[in-house]
Formats: sequence, C-alpha cells, structure tokens
Amino acid sequence: MQINKNIAISDSGFVFNPSTGDSFSTNQVGLEIIRLLKENKSKEELIKELVLKFSTDESTLEKDLGDFFMMLNSYQILVNND
Amino acid sequence: MSKLSYERPFIQKLNTGSMNKFGTKTEFAPVTHLDGIRVSKLIEDYGSPCFVISERQIRKNVQNANRAFKTRYPKIQFAWSYKTNYLSAVCNVFHQEGSWAEVVSIYEYKKALLNGVEGNKIIFNGPDKTEEDLALAVENNSLIHIDHFDELYSLVGLLDGTGKKARVAIRVNMDTGIYPMWDRFGFNYENGQAWNAIIKILSHKELELVGLHSHIGTFMLSTSAYATAAYKLCDLATNVKLKTGKPIQYLDLGGGFASTNTLKGSYLQGADIVPTIDDYAEVITSAILNSNFAQDELPTIILESGRALIDDAAWLIGSVVATKRLSDDRRATIMDFGVNLLFNAFWYDYKISPAQEFTHHTEDMVIYGPLCMNIDCIRESINLPLLNKGDQVVVHKVGAYNMTQWMQFIQMRPKIVMIDMEGKSHILRENESLDTMMELERMPEHLKNI
Repeated sequence: MQINKNIAISDSGFVFNPSTGDSFSTNQVGLEIIRLLKENKSKEELIKELVLKFSTDESTLEKDLGDFFMMLNSYQILVNND
Repeated sequence: MSKLSYERPFIQKLNTGSMNKFGTKTEFAPVTHLDGIRVSKLIEDYGSPCFVISERQIRKNVQNANRAFKTRYPKIQFAWSYKTNYLSAVCNVFHQEGSWAEVVSIYEYKKALLNGVEGNKIIFNGPDKTEEDLALAVENNSLIHIDHFDELYSLVGLLDGTGKKARVAIRVNMDTGIYPMWDRFGFNYENGQAWNAIIKILSHKELELVGLHSHIGTFMLSTSAYATAAYKLCDLATNVKLKTGKPIQYLDLGGGFASTNTLKGSYLQGADIVPTIDDYAEVITSAILNSNFAQDELPTIILESGRALIDDAAWLIGSVVATKRLSDDRRATIMDFGVNLLFNAFWYDYKISPAQEFTHHTEDMVIYGPLCMNIDCIRESINLPLLNKGDQVVVHKVGAYNMTQWMQFIQMRPKIVMIDMEGKSHILRENESLDTMMELERMPEHLKNI
C-alpha cells in the first residue's frame, strides 16, 4: 500500500489528485498522515510520529487510521502495490 | 513542547455543482449549557441518556399562548393535554399557570385528581370510558366529552333514576379542508350525526349540554382549518340556542398546534414554516367573534394545546457509543438513545447539537440508537462534527409525546430531570432498573428451576 505520488497537498488541508481531477479537504491530522505517507513511512512509524506530535494514544490511532486508510483507498489516494 | 490537540483524521471529497440557495446546514455550534447548567455536569449527576425539562420555557410558552388568545378574546381557558406529557411535575407547572386538565383515560383522570386538579376542571375526552369511569366523572362534576353513541347511552343508563346530572359536550369531527380528515373520533358534522347526538342529549334531562368540542388533527400547518372548525362549531352552538333558548357555555377547539420541529421530508426548517400561536389565535377568535353570538353570550374558548407548549421545553442529552463506516462509506454514529426514547424520531428530523467544542470540520452521518433493531435510526442524514466515542450531544425539542410514548424495549428508561426557575435541577422520574421490571413479573413454580 502506497500513496499516489502525484497527489498535491497544501498547508491548509487542500488535497488534489491530478490523475482523477478530484480535490479533497482534510484536517490537520489527516494532512500530517498524508505527508508522512509521502515520505514512505510505514503504519508503525506513522503511529509513533503521531503519538509524539498529537495528544492521543496508540490504540486510538490504530482504530482511526484503519478508517482513514479505507477512505484514502476509496478516493484512490492510496494505491495497492500487489 | 506541548502536544497538539488531536482530532480524528478526516478527508472529504469536494464536489462542485450548483449552490444550495439555503446554504449547507451544519450543526457544529456546541450547546454546552442547558438553562445555565453544563451538559457534562447533568450527565455526571444523572447519567446518560437523560431527559432535561426547562420549567422556565414551559411557563414562557403557556404565558405566551394565554397572551395570544386573551388579547383577542375575553373568555379563554387552556387545559393541559395530559397525554402529551403527563409527568406530574410538568402537569403542575401548567396547572400553576391556570390550565385545567384534559385527559383521555381513567389513568390520566386519576392522575389529574392526584395532582390536585378539581374535578370540575377536568375535561374527560377519549373513546374508552367505562361505566365506572363515567360514574367517577359524574361524581366529580367533570366535563365529559362524549365520543360515540354507545358512550351516550351508557351515560344515560348510568344516570337513570339517580337524580344526578352530568355536564357533557360532544366531540364533533368535520371536513376542514385538510387531509387526512380525522373522523374516527366523535360525531360527524356534515352527515348530521353531530346534530342527532345533540338532539338526543337535549332530550335527556340528566344530561346538560354545556359545550362542543373538535380536534381536527395534529401538527396542523394550516390555520384556516381552525377557522372552518370554529365556524362549524358556532353553527351547531347557535342552533342549540335557537332550539333550547340556552347558550352553549364553551367551544373546545382541541389542540394540534404545531411545534417548531422539522417534519421528515420538509424542505424548510420547522421554525420557518409553522404558524405561530398568534396565527392560530387570530383565526380562531376571529371566526367566533364573527359568528352570531350575542355579545353577552360569547362562549368560552377552551384550548387543549399540548405539543406547541412543551416540545421546545425539553432536551434529551446523551453520548456517542461508537462510530463506524457503512458499506457505502457513509459515517454511522451510534448513540446511547434511540427510538425507544424518541418515538417522534419517526416523524421529526430532530436537531442534534454537540455538547463540546469541535473544529469546523463536519461530516454527513447517520445517527443510530443502541437497539439491536434495524428501525432504530434517529437521523438518516445529518451534518455534525467529527464525533468520537464518549462525546456528548443534545437533542432539541423533545418535550411532546416522547416521555409518554417511550418504550421499555431492550433498554431501560432513563431519568427525567427538570431545571427550575432558579437554575436548580430536580429528578422528576427515576431511571428504571432490573428491579423495576421484575417487580411486575411472576414466575410459575414449575419454571423456577432450569
């Protein structure tokens, strides 16, 4: 699972997928996750970095990331390698 | 370095298209206090979910309704519709404000007596009154609104040879130009049944015909229907005067005034389309003042409005049990309250507000209740902030019918509290427990051991 490298993101949470022409709005945590995904971070690394930056815990992140990844997949922002 | 506050990650596709001229309605403005008390404090003290009633708003509503009618007509009497909310404390707020009691069962009738309402200030409506019920009503000199001929003959039989008299009215159903026409209660005006009933009553000396009653529907969005109803009652009343020489003492126009809730399927918000109490008052009083009553024989107008006087005086506060994603990617939020507590969610799109601060991000979601039943849906589509397990919410305008039509189904019923005029909270009804339920059950001896 990898992020679509063409995705453009702005500091304000605006996300653009040039291959489909779709645009999206995300919040601060979502923006951080997409940034980290663009840096090829694994899910485990993502969780570690987010726990350091935001006031949350690993189990909450584990649950929320599952849902967020599902939406990223649905919007074709994440692509499956296999 | 302190950490940044966390919000569930969220991404939403931006759609272009024609703008909605009414804008996108979002409900992210938090309602953190109810009549001065923090929602979180109420939940801490009384549990979640919990109904919260505002004494201040009830009094304001009933005073406003009295003002609307009394400034237009000299003889007005409100009677509190017990079935709308028969918690004794709620009833007594109305009684303290001068309302009589309007009841539709012997249970409600006895409750009104227990609350201290004088018998002659109880209006006994409804299709199911036993001879025993009628006897009690006669004994207390209550106003008996006869629903059908079987009841009329029961009453005549009951009074025969006793020397007692009953003060009665008939309920009249009629075509007021609205659909559906309520014709299952009372006697029909157009086919002459109502006049036949009047003639029969007048022929029995033990029955004193003191009033005429109609109740044309519920959540009436058209005021003109009340004008039609009033004209038809006035027609019957003036004919009674012509026949007997005695004026009818009161016309009871019933209830049915809409609250400002939004009906399912309505394009506009309820608050934008429902008539005000003044609108109803204007058509009803004008119709009666323009009829052929002598100035000194104007009948008292009785009003049994329930919904419009109590709906916006109560909230249901509750908590998020869980959030999940449906198969079509829609967000689903499960609350700890459902249709078991909000029966009117079947008709209303209830306004729901978060009880704590969120960012401006919102998402469309379905709101489900806690019941393991597919019907348990409170809102099919609502735009709310990114709710998480444990977050608290406020459901608005839940005062009418929910606390009487609620079901002990799967879950037990919660506490009901009232915030008084000084901002203090009081428990009006305790929450149910396993003991409450088991108290009424009986176990046959042979089934005790398994």
